[in-house]
Amino acid sequence: MNTFNDQQLHDFIYAEARLLDEQKFEQWLALFTDDAHYWMPLTQGQTDPLLEGSLMYEDMLLLKVRVERLAGVRTYSQQPPSRSHHLLARPEIETSHPGHQPEQGKYVVRTAFHYVETRMEQQWLYAGWATHELVTVDGALRIHQKRVDIVNSDAALHGIQLFM
Amino acid sequence: MNYRNNPQAVQALIRPTEVHKDIFVDDEIFELEMEHLFANTWVYVGHGSQIPNPGDFYTTTVGDQPVIMVRDADNTVKVLHNRCPHKGVEVAPEGCGNTGKFFRCPYHAWTFRLNGSLLALPLKRGYDPEVFNECEASHGMAAVENVRDYHDFIFCRLNPEGQGFEEFFGESLTTIDNMIARSPQGKLEIAGKPLRYMHDCNWKMLVDNQTDTCHPMVAHESSAGTAVHVWEESGKVGPTPMAVEQFAPFISSYDFFEGMGIRVWENGHGHTGVNNSIHAAYSPIPGYMEAMHAAYGEERTKEILGDVRHNTTYWPNIMVKGPIQTLRIFKPLAANKTLVESWAFKLVGAPDKLLERTLMYNRLINSPTSIVGHDDLEVYERAQVGLASRGREWVNVARLYDPTESQRKNEATNGTTEWQMRNQYQAWARYMTASMTEAV
Repeated sequence: MNTFNDQQLHDFIYAEARLLDEQKFEQWLALFTDDAHYWMPLTQGQTDPLLEGSLMYEDMLLLKVRVERLAGVRTYSQQPPSRSHHLLARPEIETSHPGHQPEQGKYVVRTAFHYVETRMEQQWLYAGWATHELVTVDGALRIHQKRVDIVNSDAALHGIQLFM
Repeated sequence: MNYRNNPQAVQALIRPTEVHKDIFVDDEIFELEMEHLFANTWVYVGHGSQIPNPGDFYTTTVGDQPVIMVRDADNTVKVLHNRCPHKGVEVAPEGCGNTGKFFRCPYHAWTFRLNGSLLALPLKRGYDPEVFNECEASHGMAAVENVRDYHDFIFCRLNPEGQGFEEFFGESLTTIDNMIARSPQGKLEIAGKPLRYMHDCNWKMLVDNQTDTCHPMVAHESSAGTAVHVWEESGKVGPTPMAVEQFAPFISSYDFFEGMGIRVWENGHGHTGVNNSIHAAYSPIPGYMEAMHAAYGEERTKEILGDVRHNTTYWPNIMVKGPIQTLRIFKPLAANKTLVESWAFKLVGAPDKLLERTLMYNRLINSPTSIVGHDDLEVYERAQVGLASRGREWVNVARLYDPTESQRKNEATNGTTEWQMRNQYQAWARYMTASMTEAV
């Protein structure tokens, strides 16, 4: 099996964020495996996505719903649309994470970020860490889970309409 | 318009079929709501399972008042104003915890019993007892006199005088009863932290929305409608996903919502989903029916689970969903700012899958990331901006109005009526002015 070096993993993480900021959502969805999840825990250090509350825990069906909705003619909350900006720190390869098994084509990468979402006159800043659990499918990297921990996950938040 | 000490002017904001925009945008009206409406009504504070042991506390707000809900040594629940009588510091920190046998102010170490009374203060010899006993501070932290623990649902009325708990809620408590009965052990537990969602709009827009059955098929076409579309496009392989089961009923037809029914109780309380509801057609969860039958027998189980009430509004500011075990609090922060907290309950003794379903519903519908929530937030915030217009003065609630309705109570009717909204605004005028004095 091909293994990916650190630079290739970093490039993958940066490219993913760029697709989001350029709103190439269909291409972004294609980065995920069919059984992938996008998870935003509600509490710090949360371990259970199902029996504890989360901000988001979405499978591919739900992510597709979001992407289709963003472009809907009756999606009034996106008229005018939101925009996003990801500022990523250098991704760290989580070599001690049990899911990090390069010999099996599995990688865990953690990336600190600042994320800005804007709509009309308003701008919101979020800070956090994204943890990507990556797998190798047909020789290419795919996301099996993207976990987004924001530092104020349990604070009173305004609407977050795009993807961190 | 000056509303303070002017009950006639306040009452004039509510007409039988329309309400004046000032109730949503006027800062003085908001202040008066905090002083009167949220003092004269029984307001939800929290759930007993948040404070199971003596000394456990939880801090929150009742209207704009910071309070502590605490389990006293005798296991009763007390509600205290979270304010040190010495220098005004909030005695208990935000959140929940255990304070032991007493509260200790972090500023000068004055201590208070769990009922708020003053226990001790350092260097007491510096106070002349006769002088100090004349001071307000000698009475300790102010306790809310009227607290009611209704099967773990804690309510309080800040005003010492006023309507009793039973009279205020009347038959509406049956929704809470039903949610509790859905546990095979007749017991609910708060499931973790709430989802907290900030809205730049007036709190009553959210309350109004809870029994608004003419908006889902319009406002939520973008979210629920898309969910149904994506599921259909996918070829519908396998059983309908839980998420699709939860989204799809939002875009039911007008006929469905008319047939669902609305029941209007006294004092601003009411509920949608009398005969049917958007929560009625969820797939059965293995093991649950068996546990219910064992606990209640078949007939009683059928009665409990057959009651599929949709949204129950407890005036002024909570909504309870029995069949999905959630409770939402609409916390007023300013005329144009509301914090929505959406809490989930675990049915003690029921399979975990029910909790999973409840938590899924809560994040799909009530999270700050919810696409259904985005639809609603957009219209609330557009309304808050739109109401600044001087082009029109009034907000309309005339749908299916009947002039005799104000003499009727506890009645079920067409599911698209705005009678329940009118009921809320009539209650608004009553509890706003009940303790208001006229300027001389």
